[in-house]
Amino acid sequence: MRSALIALALPLVLAVGAASAEAAEDAGYIKASNGVVQIERSGQRLPAPVGSVVHQGDLVITGADGSVGITFRDNSLLSVGPDSVLSIDRFVFNSTTHLGAFESSLKQGTLAVVSGKLAKQSPEAMKVKTPAAILGVRGTEFLVRTGPSTN
Amino acid sequence: MCAGPSSLFEPARRRTDPRNLVRLAPLALLVLAGCAGRGDLYVLLPGKGGHNGALIVTSGDGQRVLDQPYAAARVSRTGSVEAVATTEAEVRRAFGPALAAQPGRPVSFYLYFLADTDEFTPESKQVVTQIFAEIARRPAPDIVIIGHTDRVGPVPYNDQLSLKRAERVREDLRKLGIPKVRISVAGRGEREPEVPTADEVPEPRNRRVEINVR
Repeated sequence: MRSALIALALPLVLAVGAASAEAAEDAGYIKASNGVVQIERSGQRLPAPVGSVVHQGDLVITGADGSVGITFRDNSLLSVGPDSVLSIDRFVFNSTTHLGAFESSLKQGTLAVVSGKLAKQSPEAMKVKTPAAILGVRGTEFLVRTGPSTN
Repeated sequence: MCAGPSSLFEPARRRTDPRNLVRLAPLALLVLAGCAGRGDLYVLLPGKGGHNGALIVTSGDGQRVLDQPYAAARVSRTGSVEAVATTEAEVRRAFGPALAAQPGRPVSFYLYFLADTDEFTPESKQVVTQIFAEIARRPAPDIVIIGHTDRVGPVPYNDQLSLKRAERVREDLRKLGIPKVRISVAGRGEREPEVPTADEVPEPRNRRVEINVR
């Protein structure tokens, strides 16, 4: 399931990377990290202590005692509770115009969001997906919980 | 089975008597399988400064707009989006660790320039001290230096000017001994005035550099 997701995400990453130099920049930084927190990037699992970089295409994974808080370049704040999997599908942010896109998917677990400059500039810019729904964000703070995947 | 909104959350532990636990266990499993096991729950929180915004929940065959604090929705078995009621206490219980891990809110400081010079105003020198203190109290801090201009001159010119101002302030802060942190620069041009004006109006309060600490 997870490798299939990466296979799906990879062409997207490459397409965006070719279209915009901004995609190569850091998407965000980890500001809080408790218990087991890992980042899955290019098929490798890396530990994710405070100060780690988060990129577009990363999967952020927490263990049963894990939680993690990430500040993105547009000042969006995403924090994830235990037993969660969050995919950073797309992050593009123009710091001059505040145009871009932020799409993430909560595969399982809990997520708290404070939206940032992207959502403030364009109502369509920020989306959070779950296996059951797509959440459009109009400049706000919200919570998302989604059940474990059934595969 | 999913009669009350409270059943969306883990049932509170009422007693420690093992006989009661045994009796309650099958019921708890049913509740979990019927509601919490499906899990999906989306909740709008009150926004800071009275701006609640909205969350638009779209599923296979339904859409619902959440625009009141603690308004919540879940997706039913049929794929439709249903409203559910929550309270602050329930939300704290269900999302406690995620909320506790939220990074500190980014904070902005502003530096102003004496007219037609590269010199900070005396007040701005004090602000630099505050910036360093804010950096010191955050875990893994990073800062963004964002230049702003007034509306004199064309937009592309002001984009360049604002970026140049930000880059110069980065050097200034380094000379003043800013701690080793990630620093990025941005030029916002005339897009985000502190004082809105008509085009081509000189306004010193808009010629500023913002230091966003996060």
